[in-house]
Amino acid sequence: MKRSIRLRVPAIAVVAAAALAVGACSSGSGSSSSSTATSTPSSGASSPTSSPSGSASAALTASAPGITPTTITIGSHQPLTGPAAPGYSEIAPASAAYFAYVNAHGGIYGRKIVYKYLDDGYNPTTTSSVVRQLVLQDNVYAIFNGLGTPTHLAVASFLNAQKIPDVFVASGCNCWNNTAQYPETFGWQLDYVREGKILGNYIKQHFAGKKVGYFFQDDEFGMDGVKGLDYVIPKSQVVSRQSYVPTNINIAPAVTALKAAGAQVVVAFSIPAFTALLKLNSLKLGFSPTLVVSNVGSDPITLGGLLEAFAKQGGATVSGNALTQGIITDGYGSSVGDTTNSWTKLFKMVHDTYDAKAPFDGNVLYGEGVAYTFVQAMFKAGQNPTRQDLVNAINGGLPQGDFVAPLAYSATDHAGATGAYIGVITNGVIKQQGPVLVTDPTATGAITTYTGTESQAPASGIPSSP
Amino acid sequence: MNTRSTPRVLAAALATAVVVAILSIKLNAFRDFQIAEIAIYVTAVAGLTLLTGLSGQISLGNGAFMAIGAYTTALLMLHLNWPFLGVLVIAGAVTALAGAVVGVAAARLHGPYLAGATLLLGVALPNIAFAWPGVFGADQGLNVVYTAPGFLGVNFPLTRWQAWVCSAVALIVLVLLANLGRSRIGRNWRAVRDNEVAAALAGVNVAVARVRAFVVSATCAGLAGALLAAVTGLVAPGAFTITLSIALLTAAVIGGLGTLPGAVWGSLLIVLVPTYATDVATSHGLSSSVASNIPVAAYGVVLILVMLVFPQGIQGGVRWLLGLFGMTSAKKTQMKEGTQ
Repeated sequence: MKRSIRLRVPAIAVVAAAALAVGACSSGSGSSSSSTATSTPSSGASSPTSSPSGSASAALTASAPGITPTTITIGSHQPLTGPAAPGYSEIAPASAAYFAYVNAHGGIYGRKIVYKYLDDGYNPTTTSSVVRQLVLQDNVYAIFNGLGTPTHLAVASFLNAQKIPDVFVASGCNCWNNTAQYPETFGWQLDYVREGKILGNYIKQHFAGKKVGYFFQDDEFGMDGVKGLDYVIPKSQVVSRQSYVPTNINIAPAVTALKAAGAQVVVAFSIPAFTALLKLNSLKLGFSPTLVVSNVGSDPITLGGLLEAFAKQGGATVSGNALTQGIITDGYGSSVGDTTNSWTKLFKMVHDTYDAKAPFDGNVLYGEGVAYTFVQAMFKAGQNPTRQDLVNAINGGLPQGDFVAPLAYSATDHAGATGAYIGVITNGVIKQQGPVLVTDPTATGAITTYTGTESQAPASGIPSSP
Repeated sequence: MNTRSTPRVLAAALATAVVVAILSIKLNAFRDFQIAEIAIYVTAVAGLTLLTGLSGQISLGNGAFMAIGAYTTALLMLHLNWPFLGVLVIAGAVTALAGAVVGVAAARLHGPYLAGATLLLGVALPNIAFAWPGVFGADQGLNVVYTAPGFLGVNFPLTRWQAWVCSAVALIVLVLLANLGRSRIGRNWRAVRDNEVAAALAGVNVAVARVRAFVVSATCAGLAGALLAAVTGLVAPGAFTITLSIALLTAAVIGGLGTLPGAVWGSLLIVLVPTYATDVATSHGLSSSVASNIPVAAYGVVLILVMLVFPQGIQGGVRWLLGLFGMTSAKKTQMKEGTQ
């Protein structure tokens, strides 16, 4: 007896420690996330209704795996827990909210979208497991908006080998635009090389001769961004290049080096937490360069909240809005601050109806925007689509949805957004400065003003079928 | 375990191989993938359970050894196009070497100090990938392409082949470890674990015994890492976080420290429980913020319950049950295992 008691205590301690360690990595940002969005609150019947365009001629069949006469099942891997969960865990529920809206208003040619997204905790090993579950066991029609560069790279080859449409990856890595290796894979958001070029162009024009410093995440995201910046900004102007790894929050040496090099403008390709740390470390050192921050690291609501939270931990009280004031960034979709925009209005209405518990921020707009593009693609794929029909539909090009510039899709180009505008954060919202600029991800491609008009959200809130 | 003779171990391994082969054909492709995953964990956990259970050392860094095996595999397959069998051998050898280096330091440390040192290894080593992005691909990692051999035909499911390869490696490792545990080396480990001074007085070289245990556990982790690279197709630092090292130790403890069948129970548990918990959470339409955290919570609750009910791990529980039904050989084993 004595023996078993002696053993029990350390054994329990080890297991409890393990459970705590796993639990500590969970999301805690009050984000709401459900794993499936099946039926909708308002429509109970699962019988097919007529399509919005009223042209339901052919009978609905089970035309592909994941498609039945009444449903389209798609899957995704998302960081619902773990280090990337704060903020990003809002994206999939927002997409599910938009699908619920579509399902309640006739669905896609009468079919309802079943969106099954599984937690991968931003760990590539888990990603490869959950995506195989979705494809091999749950027989999803497509993988939609899988989030993260390292995580999605773990499954891109598998999905392409299995000929599963791998649409609208939630990452700006230029690697998704590779039609030779990944014919089934499509990017969606503005890639970081294009973004770097557009931000670099603004710096070249408005801060000529000033000393520029780079602050970037030491991975594909940061390095692609720097690549774009270097295509445009003269090498002689860049006085310091500092990188960080997201697992080490001590960035003081990097900020000190930027200050020592006399940087007057600092360009940051960083995630929100590290943009906030950059700002606070600069304040501490009495260093106040002009900050230029990539889109993913500059959502004013997220950033302001982080600045206030971090300062509070350090015993100080700051105003998030005051600290983000004047940060230069870029935007390529609808923004929370632009309340008169037809897309923002539509997505706010859908959010308030189906996902009201989540905060209405850039992540929600992102999730709804990408869901809109998917619905658009499914309408174009036809009434009884095969998997190849969806890929063909996207290869044929798609309308830009809530983006300010066209989508690049063609048979030889699987990048998404092609352009953005420069914005300045003013009182907690991004104010557009100047025109929308479009470019390509090459070293020599020109950066030109977009002359087309922005699209308006359809009154019904649902893309029309072609 | 130590009362089993070699023929019995071989018979058990063969029987398991037959069961796995039948399961891999009967079940769907995703279950095949899970069989491969379980076999990978079994390979790594078996080494760790011997280290902790028999030689009395702890390691919170075996995830790092898996990373070494995985990166070795990726680099050899990418640059030299080696066949997988050769890669597997080299991956094991490279990790054995790393294990020897760490083991020399570890042999001088005890208890929390050893845990701390190996924890450092587990946290720090995967970050080397960021130091040489050109070689290790940084955050993005390295891609590994491993396909089923041509003679099986083009329509042979890849996941079934992966299940076979991983299970074969796991079973071979289990048979070898079972033998090792019963050999002079294994007896020395137990002697060192129970009383270092007495073992030294009896002529056991304590330091050598401890380093050996580390090398064996590291080699198993390296083989598991190589298999993981081949099965998931990507080697990236995000796959080898400290959580992995802790998961391995959890599996060893929960299955029953020092017992090889325990390594199998533990691996089954840590692979299957999160999947089932996710299925339950998603099929009951639970409210928003709850559902995504349920698998994590359920996993923790299961671990705590198993430890409360079976303080000696699942294998301890199995033995107790067998004992209840009068299976004397099991009873004898339990008594002979003594302090375990």
